[in-house]
Amino acid sequence: MNPGVEKKKEMFYAMLRIRRIQERIESCYLQDEMKTPVHLYIGQEAIAVGVCSALKKDDYISSNHRSHGHYLAKGGDLRALIAELHCKKEGCSKGYGGSMHLVDTSIGHLGSSSIVGGGIPIGTGLALASKMNGGQRVSAVFFGDGAADEGVLYESINFAMLKTLPAVYILENNHWSVCSHVSARKAGDNIFHQALPDLLMSRKIDGNNILAVYQAALEAIERARRGSGPSFLECETYRILGHAGCESQDPEGYRDCAEVKAWKKKCPVDNFREQLLKEKTMTPAEITAMEIKIEIEIDDAFAFARKSPLPAGRELENHLFCE
Amino acid sequence: MPWSRIEADCLEPNFGNECEDTTRLVSYQDAIREGLRQALALDPNVFVMGQGVDDPSGMFGATRGLQEEFGRDRVFDTPLAETALTGVAVGAALGGKRPVYFHNRPDFLLLAMDQLVNHASKWHYMFGGAVNVPLVVWACIGRGWGSAAQHSQALQGLFFHVPGLKLIMPSTCFDAKGLLLAAIKDNNPVLIIDHRFNFKQNGLVPEKMYTLPIGKGQIRRTGKDVTVVAVSHLVVEAFQAAEELAAQGVETEVIDPRTLRPLDEALILQSVCKTGRVVIADTGWKTGGVTAEIAAMIAQKAFSSLKAPIERVASPDVPTPAGFTLEEAFYFGKKKIKQAILKAMNYNQLSAKSKEASRRCRAG
Repeated sequence: MNPGVEKKKEMFYAMLRIRRIQERIESCYLQDEMKTPVHLYIGQEAIAVGVCSALKKDDYISSNHRSHGHYLAKGGDLRALIAELHCKKEGCSKGYGGSMHLVDTSIGHLGSSSIVGGGIPIGTGLALASKMNGGQRVSAVFFGDGAADEGVLYESINFAMLKTLPAVYILENNHWSVCSHVSARKAGDNIFHQALPDLLMSRKIDGNNILAVYQAALEAIERARRGSGPSFLECETYRILGHAGCESQDPEGYRDCAEVKAWKKKCPVDNFREQLLKEKTMTPAEITAMEIKIEIEIDDAFAFARKSPLPAGRELENHLFCE
Repeated sequence: MPWSRIEADCLEPNFGNECEDTTRLVSYQDAIREGLRQALALDPNVFVMGQGVDDPSGMFGATRGLQEEFGRDRVFDTPLAETALTGVAVGAALGGKRPVYFHNRPDFLLLAMDQLVNHASKWHYMFGGAVNVPLVVWACIGRGWGSAAQHSQALQGLFFHVPGLKLIMPSTCFDAKGLLLAAIKDNNPVLIIDHRFNFKQNGLVPEKMYTLPIGKGQIRRTGKDVTVVAVSHLVVEAFQAAEELAAQGVETEVIDPRTLRPLDEALILQSVCKTGRVVIADTGWKTGGVTAEIAAMIAQKAFSSLKAPIERVASPDVPTPAGFTLEEAFYFGKKKIKQAILKAMNYNQLSAKSKEASRRCRAG
């Protein structure tokens, strides 16, 4: 199903917004006001936006250390994100989590894990809870190619197939785990592409093509909602920046500059912009208006974060247990 | 929440405490099963999972018949994948459920450490209280019949180290039910480490639903001379040791912490301040374990009350051997606790003797 004009505009806006937010974080990062390791999402925006655009507000997502894109695409509060990066009290995790541990229960985001693969079984458990309650909430589980090295992915998908859970597993294959290339870690194609189709719907898609991601996600989500079980979507993409921090903090020598350059040409945001302009879905003026709106919103979020109070040392032992 | 309707605690009768029902004798496994049945009936969000919970033997009897009664969606066998299934339980808890995940050995919890330690125990704190994980994990220490190094480990020391995880070690039928229900009612991850030897017991257990407070210990026997803090099935061993020593004129106070985290420090310190002598007995390894932590706490907070060094009775720092002669050397009970009590009692005498010896040495 081809999304309508409004949906396309919405998706472009969401991608552009995530890109600009990442860029602002990157440009401010060396000022050391955000004292938390940031793992930026530049180059992968089409995946979070494509999947989350196909989800409903109360559907669940599970995220990882590269957490900003999923949180924002699902509708997480921007002020609370930027405040969390500043480790402030009005951050989404009140300064206890930092960049890797984002949460917004109002949009079905119950917390991201920075243990690679750690969120996969938790997202599976959310799908189990949903199924026990009638199965109308889908659980979308985001993880990278590093997490696909972990045995827990096999364990989780096996359980989701066994129990026919409403789960969608989204592998964001960005080719790099810190400085290890996927070819140094994987013997061949992912085994889940060999699964029996009635147990697991499996697709390998261009993760930089928002419409391809959206289409596959719609199919997987629809399958989950009708009670037919889980899906596995491998989205091929690329980590434009280094593992953590900004571009200047990426160590040299582990990857070919030509590789990065080639992938920059496949930019999901730029390419979708070109497409929308070409097919006249949007005008340049509309895009300029979007840029202005986003910039104002980002300025506001940073101002909010800078003003927000820091948690006091005496609050160290708060929240250890829930009463 | 239906959990607000269940009654508060009453005391364990086995050790002379008051309990309103003094006639209803129930086996240990039936006490657990009764608690589970009542929780499953009370709250549709409660479910029971674990490898073998639907076996004919039903987790030593504790889950027997529950699947027939509550169906396969609420009581189900799992793949052996402990890492993922613990994460699944965490996720289900985040989704509003109250999972109770059974393991027939704590050894297998080592495969679940990532989800228990990195995830469940941190989730409430790490997100500033925005989310919580009402999860119960239960595992039962094996002992004897050559169970050996990987099927009989008492690993509570590892979990005792972890902030954000409540840790319960029951010792009586009454506690097994009341603490299980308290764990299910709790909004945090709770680990119950039980012991196969407890399953030999019958005890007085009321039929009604009740919970016992997590973090409150119990005095199992009062005494003025020496305090024994004993964990899990060693409570019974310590109690018997105390009864035998009473004939020799030593009055031992036996304290059952019931929950290790939070630990009822006040109850222990109160007793130590009274007696001045203390023995700590735990089924786990000695180094860096439960006895070490409790001893450090006492040494720091009741130093001036101590009349003798703190004695620790714990497993030797080796894996559990299989052979029965080696097993006999590894395990301990009443006899070793008695020896430790007498050592603490005799300390002054020894100390006086050694002082005398050193005086003579200097004089000579």
